[in-house]
Amino acid sequence: MNNYTKQAPKPVGQTSIFTIRKRSFALVFAFVATLFALSSAVANFSTAKGLESIPKAIIWMAANFVPDEKAISRLPNILSKLAETALLAVAVTVCSALCAFFFSLLGTKTTKINPWISRAVRAFASFFRNVPNIVWAILLMFSFGQNILTGFFALFFASFGMLVRMFIETIDEVSSSCVEALHATGATFLQTVFQGIIPSSLPNIISWVLYMVEYNIRDSALIGLLTATGIGNLFDLYYKRLDYASASLVVICIAVMVISIEIASNKIRKVIM
Amino acid sequence: MPILEFQNVSKVYNGVTKALSNVSFSVDEGDFVSIIGPSGSGKSTILRCINRLVDATQGEIYFDGHDINKAGKQELREVRKKIGMIFQHYNLVDRLSVIENVLHGRLGHKSTIAGVIGAYTEQEKETAFSILAMLGLTEQAYKRCDELSGGQKQRVGIARSLMQEPRLILCDEPIASLDPSASKVIMDHLSEINKALKITCIANLHQVDVAMKYAKRIIGLTSGQIVYDGPAQDLSRSKIYEIYQSNEGELITDIRYSYE
Ligand SMILES: Nc1ncnc2c1ncn2[C@@H]1O[C@H](COP(=O)(O)OP(=O)(O)O)[C@@H](O)[C@H]1O
Ligand SMILES: [Mg+2]
Repeated sequence: MNNYTKQAPKPVGQTSIFTIRKRSFALVFAFVATLFALSSAVANFSTAKGLESIPKAIIWMAANFVPDEKAISRLPNILSKLAETALLAVAVTVCSALCAFFFSLLGTKTTKINPWISRAVRAFASFFRNVPNIVWAILLMFSFGQNILTGFFALFFASFGMLVRMFIETIDEVSSSCVEALHATGATFLQTVFQGIIPSSLPNIISWVLYMVEYNIRDSALIGLLTATGIGNLFDLYYKRLDYASASLVVICIAVMVISIEIASNKIRKVIM
Repeated sequence: MPILEFQNVSKVYNGVTKALSNVSFSVDEGDFVSIIGPSGSGKSTILRCINRLVDATQGEIYFDGHDINKAGKQELREVRKKIGMIFQHYNLVDRLSVIENVLHGRLGHKSTIAGVIGAYTEQEKETAFSILAMLGLTEQAYKRCDELSGGQKQRVGIARSLMQEPRLILCDEPIASLDPSASKVIMDHLSEINKALKITCIANLHQVDVAMKYAKRIIGLTSGQIVYDGPAQDLSRSKIYEIYQSNEGELITDIRYSYE
């Protein structure tokens, strides 16, 4: 008798897994379609009209948003504001990464500090992470007003919350085994951090920080709209003056910078990993 | 004079998983003890209770005059300094060089700050190189650990534990991830360390034949309880079946008998 060539018996009165899968596909599809129809109705959105307006929008943008000579003459000013915004984003990310690293050491299970402290740190970070940076900016406007500090702290809080979580996951994943061995040799907490956690998780940590820099440069432009600082403010200014050509040059500059930063950080990642 | 003594030790994880119940045994200085048993029987838990990587729930553990379960932070450091540990997955800092990993064995002996900045004495470096030479790793000393083979990584693990100048070495399935020839090299080194340096060894093994060849004494564990404790040569086949709770012909070691 050979157990391996026998067909698996088909259970009587049960549908095959393939039928079940097909049915759930159909169900999900129907559900999404209904949801779309319902929400379009509620929002008064007509798909046909929406699609119809796309060509018109493109023509209008082409006519108004192409940077002209006047816009080009503003380039130095735009670039200096852009640099200011980017540097702010980098500074915020580095500060929040340093704080986040310290807190993640308390939050990870790897260091075995104390389960209650770990839980408290993770809850604390989760709170900061789950309030979006725009909301932080609006809240902080009350205390700092339209000020560069508002943007700084808004980005700081949100990235802090995010980075604590990423660092904890990284440390638990790549450092826990070597840290266990160092604990077994009698190493102290700081020794395990500097001889175990930092060497093993630094490349991953840098990679997360680079990601956060990219993200924060994009968002700091946005928050600048709100706090009337940096490149966001410049965009707002041109836009309200109906100087669409200059406004679009700002957008193009932001896009070019974000893309080049992304390319650069991908290169750095490849080298350090 | 026993160097290690377990008295009615029990361990319950998270208040539900019973890993050890009433385990008592003692180990004499210079012994080579092997713990065998099916996965989940509590072998790793026994080793981890000795250096307090996990805390025993009940019972007493004495090592070299220390009451392990009552040890405070400073005493625990003293205890851990004297106990080396070798892991199935080597647990090295892969991105650091071999020599740096070996020197990590000194961390327990150093001030926090010296360990943090990695300031090792010339004496310590010389010792590290001579240990590497003994284990045949001289040429690998400056390589990063992630460039090494499994067998080489495990020898780095052994070197790190020897750097501690330990009284006891705990080996948690040291050869479970290695091929047969690398396994033999590792077991021969451990045996040599035990005989020449008079360091007590406790090794969890899941190859019964390896345990019987290298260990003087075998402890058989089933569901957290000791079901055999005695000389390796007295372990009968029926006892092996009892430890692994299986019948004749169901164990991989039985294959050899079917060829005879
Ligand atoms: N950290 C842990 N948390 C919860 N349960 C655990 C933990 N470690 C081990 N166990 C459980 O304790 C029992 C014994 O595990 P272990 O000592 O690892 O056995 P072995 O090393 O013999 O395979 C198993 O049932 C395992 O699931
Ligand atoms: Mg185990």
